[in-house]
Amino acid sequence: MSPNFHIAYRFLTAKKRAMLMSLSCTVLGVGLFILTQATTSGFEEFFIKTILGTDGAIRIEDKFQDTLRVMSASAGTDFEVSQRDGVKYIEGVEEPKALIKELKNFSNVIAAAPVLRGSVQIRSSFKNETAQIFGIEIDEQLRVSDLGKQVIGGSGALARFRENEAGAIVGRVLADRLQLEVGNSIQVVIGSELTRLRVTTIFETGVQDIDKVRLYVHMSQARSILKKPTGVSFVQVSVFDRDRAPQTAAHIQWVLHHHAVAWQVREKTWLETFYALKLSSAITVSIFTLIAGLAMFNTLAMIVLEKTKDIAILRSMGYERSDITRIFLWQAVIVLLVGAVVGCLVGAGTTYAVSHLPLHLTGIFKTDTFQVYWSPWHYLAAVTTAAIMVMIASLFPARRAARFEPGDIVRGTAQ
Amino acid sequence: MAEAPSLALRCTELHRYLGEGDGRVHVLKGVSFEARRGQVYAIVGPSGCGKSTLLYLLGLLDQPDGGSIEINGHTMSNSDDLARTAARGAHIGFVFQFHFLMLEFTALENVMMPMRKLAKLAPADMEARAHQLLESVGLGEKTHRLGTQLSGGEQQRVAVARALANEPSIILADEPTGNLDVKNSGMVFDLLTRLAKDHGQAVILVTHNPEIAQRCDVIRPMRDGLFV
Ligand SMILES: Nc1ncnc2c1ncn2[C@@H]1O[C@H](COP(=O)(O)OP(=O)(O)OP(=O)(O)O)[C@@H](O)[C@H]1O
Ligand SMILES: [Mg+2]
Repeated sequence: MSPNFHIAYRFLTAKKRAMLMSLSCTVLGVGLFILTQATTSGFEEFFIKTILGTDGAIRIEDKFQDTLRVMSASAGTDFEVSQRDGVKYIEGVEEPKALIKELKNFSNVIAAAPVLRGSVQIRSSFKNETAQIFGIEIDEQLRVSDLGKQVIGGSGALARFRENEAGAIVGRVLADRLQLEVGNSIQVVIGSELTRLRVTTIFETGVQDIDKVRLYVHMSQARSILKKPTGVSFVQVSVFDRDRAPQTAAHIQWVLHHHAVAWQVREKTWLETFYALKLSSAITVSIFTLIAGLAMFNTLAMIVLEKTKDIAILRSMGYERSDITRIFLWQAVIVLLVGAVVGCLVGAGTTYAVSHLPLHLTGIFKTDTFQVYWSPWHYLAAVTTAAIMVMIASLFPARRAARFEPGDIVRGTAQ
Repeated sequence: MAEAPSLALRCTELHRYLGEGDGRVHVLKGVSFEARRGQVYAIVGPSGCGKSTLLYLLGLLDQPDGGSIEINGHTMSNSDDLARTAARGAHIGFVFQFHFLMLEFTALENVMMPMRKLAKLAPADMEARAHQLLESVGLGEKTHRLGTQLSGGEQQRVAVARALANEPSIILADEPTGNLDVKNSGMVFDLLTRLAKDHGQAVILVTHNPEIAQRCDVIRPMRDGLFV
């Protein structure tokens, strides 16, 4: 044990109450930081899982004819202008089969499924609602989404849909509004055309915006309802590495000449909301680490005042200014280390406890308990923030202690 | 003196002012002084004449406003803090007039404190030496007492043992026997003289005790900031 550390330890333990005060502030700061990050990220993660399980990681839409014009401003310079409006879009995917075959070549792609989408009026015996029908190939769709888990009633409910050519999987909220139950028939109205379908299954994603407007029907049905004998609205893609979805999308766009949108872009609004939430809670909670810093400052300033004579003795024995600084910084480090370890344990414990708290939410997603996300980064960020605050705050009393002239102290004129 | 022992410390024309503004006092008014190895010096004088002030300057704890200080042939009065600190650790043992110990530490730890900074001995040797030093000031039984559990006189004797820890060539003691009974002050004084003779250390002590002063090799009476 270095003499400086030894001295630091004794100084600190001589002021137990002040030390416990700054220690508990550090524990609180670290613990709360971890808890808020775990819960905000938990809900974000849950939201991402929900939307990935519903609309997939990448959506491939409109084909475009790449007629980018590259103009050279003048000879001799390498200044180039690309004109964005040189791109001509053709709505939808004209040849989904060929496209899906090509998609198999992308290493990050798991599966792809065609979807034909259109707006319709749904009429039940009770009332009318505007809705979106999604024509799907059910087996392919199950490979690019969690529809299998979202249907109420599991595989039996899916089997009913499979067997019924006129079957429909209706969103939970839409079904409630139309007072529909499995087995009821509905009418799909588009213009003056009227098609009769049967509700075979009900699904729920928890995302209000989806559950209140969407119904899935067989692709063949959708084609006849929407009068689209060929082509689809988009191709839904699932991927292995969701974080690389933007790169994969860009690659797809480049190679296949179709507009490809990754989930990060598609759900930008919500993701930014979560980001802002995470950031603001981190800032709020950082206040606690700031308080930990202030408490440490206070504790050390007090110890410096009480130990000026000891500082003079140490200096008279050959201890340098830097030794004095270290003695006081060590005290901060001791509090910080203990605070960080205990804070991480407290953070983990409260995160675990909170994850078992009941919480019923629907709206942007559906959950029955608090969502938490376990990430070592939260712990690292919490400890780093506390370390920065506490060490900066400690620097001031530590340097002040080192600045004392031993002669001034022994005469009693040090200030 | 034919075989004059080498000079451990020399100061010339030391001036020191203390206080600010109207309260500014010319405390030391050109003090010159020499201390040789193996000699014991007594600085005596009335309270407030500047004895402690001089000792702080000689101990490199304070800086003079004029004059120079030489320690073992090196002029220290102009050197930087690091050099003065190093010189304090290696060459000077200081016994303060008041507040002697670091109270959260045991007697043994207090005595080991300068050794641990100098780091010349192995930890086991430091401890053995500290034991031996405490023994020589009559505290062999109380090595593991905390500073707070020692009487004023006991604290003072630990402080003397601590000043000797690194075998400094110069020992500066501000009334090292002030709080001691006859028996103990005799013991501390004998220890200091023995060291001066055996190890060739220069011992400079401030004392109000005429008996102690009489037994020193040199007595320097001081009055109002000057040796008389
Ligand atoms: N900060 C200060 N400002 C002004 N004058 C001071 C200050 N500190 C000490 N003095 C004065 O300096 C003079 C010398 O003080 P010093 O402590 O050296 O005396 P001393 O000889 O050690 O006395 P004692 O025997 O009582 O310990 C005293 O007259 C004291 O009043
Ligand atoms: Mg004095």
